[in-house]
Amino acid sequence: MAPTQAGTMPEAPDTVPEFPMPRDARCPFDPPPALKALQEEAPLTKVRLWDGSEPWLVTRYADQRALLGDPRVSADTDSPGYPTKASPEGGEGKLSFIMMDDPEHARLRRMVTAPFAIKRVEAMRPAVQRIVDSLIDDMLAGPQPVDLVEAFALPLPSLVICELLGVPYADHEFFQENTKTMVRRTATPEQRGAAVREVAGYLAGVIGKRIAEPQDDLLSSIAGRVTAGELTHQEATEMALLLLIAGHETTANMIALGTLALLQNPDQLALLRDTDDPKLVSSAVEELLRYLHITHLGRRRAVTEDIEIGGQVIKAGDGIIMVNEIGNRDAEVFPDPDRLDLRRDARRHVAFGFGVHQCLGQPLARMELQVVYGTLYRRIPTLKAACAIEDVKFKNDAFVYGVHELPVAW
Amino acid sequence: MKVELEADKCVASGQCVLAAMEVFDQDDDGIAILLDEQVADGQLDDVREAIAVCPAAAIRLVEQ
Repeated sequence: MAPTQAGTMPEAPDTVPEFPMPRDARCPFDPPPALKALQEEAPLTKVRLWDGSEPWLVTRYADQRALLGDPRVSADTDSPGYPTKASPEGGEGKLSFIMMDDPEHARLRRMVTAPFAIKRVEAMRPAVQRIVDSLIDDMLAGPQPVDLVEAFALPLPSLVICELLGVPYADHEFFQENTKTMVRRTATPEQRGAAVREVAGYLAGVIGKRIAEPQDDLLSSIAGRVTAGELTHQEATEMALLLLIAGHETTANMIALGTLALLQNPDQLALLRDTDDPKLVSSAVEELLRYLHITHLGRRRAVTEDIEIGGQVIKAGDGIIMVNEIGNRDAEVFPDPDRLDLRRDARRHVAFGFGVHQCLGQPLARMELQVVYGTLYRRIPTLKAACAIEDVKFKNDAFVYGVHELPVAW
Repeated sequence: MKVELEADKCVASGQCVLAAMEVFDQDDDGIAILLDEQVADGQLDDVREAIAVCPAAAIRLVEQ
């Protein structure tokens, strides 16, 4: 798509670009070309959303970090001006503390930070390694081609969350089945809603049991907050559901999309396949997080007091959208930004957002991806896509970007 | 140089620990703690990285 001429971008209402913008079908790993053009020519610009509202689109890395770190922005979807996401299910609903502001956000978030501490996450690494190995064993023992999303990318985070929350082994299958339906493309909104209710009801039940008989797991710790009168049973259930939803499809998409990106960049794949250096694996995870960036609809906020930024005043009541996938391609921070380079230092990426709402589960996501990227291609060195890239269906219209399925063989 | 940490701002992202493991750790709730507020010259780059990646702007370096 040709970039709009410089200087003609804002003002006249019919030139306000629509958001989200289409990707170039030939470059499924790159942000939409129009985003790149805006970053260069109009880094703060109004865009039009599905509901006719016109929030600011923030495309430069520095501006995104400044605004996401600013206490004068609100993550509350009820704040005036909040840019709402369109949804086939009609609204995204409120997901516990990620859609609240401090001090209530901080109070609730701090209740569940403990298991995501670096050392606690590291202690889970052997269990994650076992799950990854066992899923790969199953794949190797089964027929080819196999859908990597269904056989590996989706079950892994679901099983890890079981481990984290303390879902009993006997219930894993129930949990897996329903979490699968929650994200399955072909599921109807009714089926998805029913699966969410099933899982929520299940989690509420386990929290009830843990209130009576605490164990050493996250659901018990959340249950303890109910006992202490700090959370209602309902809030506790929502929190457990948030941890599930936030860590499931996101991680799955990074696994499948990351694998496809590596298969398209065989020299980079070879680096991972031929190494046992945890530093290179960790660097590869950061670079793939920077390069792919699956939360393509952007971090969204409402401005609660006038903010001056980049010679522009964003007024109280305006909405702002920080599309981190374009921030992560800002050449001022990442030289040659459109190149996938597993050896670069990509640690300053904003794939997990920035500010007080930055992803709580990031240490777990990092560790899971390190185990996956460090294991999958070494154990299946001849892994290849079993379809042409033109035939891969990308999740352009989903909340979280990725691939719907990825047939692979070896 | 000395490093200062405002623990009440910390959102437990763990980023400082990953960037500078000899300087930062976390308490039982994942909130950052300082292992040593004195920063050796060899640790300065790591601490600067920790400051850059801290999502809550809770860390700073001060001259002594």
